[in-house]
Amino acid sequence: MAYSAFRIFRESLTGNRGWKPVWREPEPRPDYDIIIVGGGGHGLSTAYYLARNHGITRVAVLEKGWLGSGNVGRNTTIIRSNYMLPGNQPFYELSLKLWEGLEQDFNFNAMVSQRGVLNLYHSDPQRDAFVRRGNAMKLSGADPVLLDEAGVRKLCPFLDFDNARFPIRGGLWQPRGGTVRHDAVAWGYARGADRRGVDIIQNCEVTGFLIDSGVCKGVETARGPIRAKSVAVAVAGSSSRVMAKAGIRLPIESHVLQAFVSEGLKPVLPGVITFGAGHFYVSQSDKGGLVFGGDIDGYNSYAQRGNLPAVEDVCEGGMAIMPMIGRARLLRMWGGLVDMSMDGSAFIDRTEIDGLFFNGGWCYGGFKATPASGFCFAHLLATGESHPVARQMRLDRFRRGKLIDEKGQGAQPNLH
Amino acid sequence: MLIPCPFCGHRDQAEFAYGGPARALPELDGQDGTHAWRTALYSGYNPRGPVTELWFHANGCESWIQITRDTVTHRITRSCLANPREREP
Repeated sequence: MAYSAFRIFRESLTGNRGWKPVWREPEPRPDYDIIIVGGGGHGLSTAYYLARNHGITRVAVLEKGWLGSGNVGRNTTIIRSNYMLPGNQPFYELSLKLWEGLEQDFNFNAMVSQRGVLNLYHSDPQRDAFVRRGNAMKLSGADPVLLDEAGVRKLCPFLDFDNARFPIRGGLWQPRGGTVRHDAVAWGYARGADRRGVDIIQNCEVTGFLIDSGVCKGVETARGPIRAKSVAVAVAGSSSRVMAKAGIRLPIESHVLQAFVSEGLKPVLPGVITFGAGHFYVSQSDKGGLVFGGDIDGYNSYAQRGNLPAVEDVCEGGMAIMPMIGRARLLRMWGGLVDMSMDGSAFIDRTEIDGLFFNGGWCYGGFKATPASGFCFAHLLATGESHPVARQMRLDRFRRGKLIDEKGQGAQPNLH
Repeated sequence: MLIPCPFCGHRDQAEFAYGGPARALPELDGQDGTHAWRTALYSGYNPRGPVTELWFHANGCESWIQITRDTVTHRITRSCLANPREREP
């Protein structure tokens, strides 16, 4: 049943006895048209768009733990489309457009809040680079605004503009960027997919793939084999390990990215702010906590915890632009596993095994991509062809020399 | 994380720069050049567990060192200089 103001009113009059569980907990059937491995943001949005856009509902989402127990529940919730390269920017702009209509579309309050994203610049060359980036954003229909120092002062008067080392000269402002309630994204997509007939099966770890003569015909799970015409893997953080079960070696390394939340403070930040001379990004949650993060730890890791040098680096970045946060106490911090790809960009592609599809390599930026990732992955699964905006996100781009090297760092996953 | 440098002893991880998992590079004049080099450069060596990797002691003795570290527990079981010719006999 759909959520609405009328529904809340009616339930309040009838003792709130009409609310039902948001999704079913079905037993797995022996076979499906499509199996999606991974019940996180990308897997659930793929299932949702398969049902909604393509009418394919004989679909199962297999999750080893509980829904949204991976990176969709442990990120810094920022959405934006301020990329530059043609292989990336149109995709992220599609994602932002989907974010804008998401809550009405899946009838769930995901608290999409377009409070704006501000990237600070600290020198003339950096301004020129941001002008170039802004122009690239405009080509895809995004909304960059180049602010000078006065413009940033009006927006964020509390920043350390006259910092001796990194004075703030201005910023690239994307008003349509913002933040989203991350867990609600997983729940909203799960509910939307479930209502259209998709089976969401939790506590069902995939232990292997049923591969016969180079064709994938299903998966082995902790609850027995399940057959399918196509198997789609979206398990960011564990991509290398899951795909190794199919004998595929990916251009990905696993790294740990930390995130931090301060104690609750009165409203102080208007939107998302990023430091241009180091790596630090911060926003303020509706509860008042400053949510911030920075670089990955920089070495291969499967430990869901980070080390102190990265913490120090993040906090130095924060203090450089906002000395006032030095008095805020840290409430909690955590680390999550991210797929760092060799060129810093993602994959939505078929694999060398027929019927086995792969979505991953989102580095530390997978959350903002959630809607478009599912949209384009569903398009690939349903039609057999890449969606136009995801056409360059191919696994064989290293062989063809068509890297999407947004940062220009080369094949060094720890530097992207 | 403390990294045991064979020259300087246990030092803070912040003094080191990461060099990635140690990988064997193909012969420069090898026959299957493209495929071997593509695999060596772009295929991630990404095990969950012990991995042999390179670190550069940038703020220390400036040696490249090779350690075996568990990617889950960060336990380091072996450490030596990366260049075999610099190792003691």
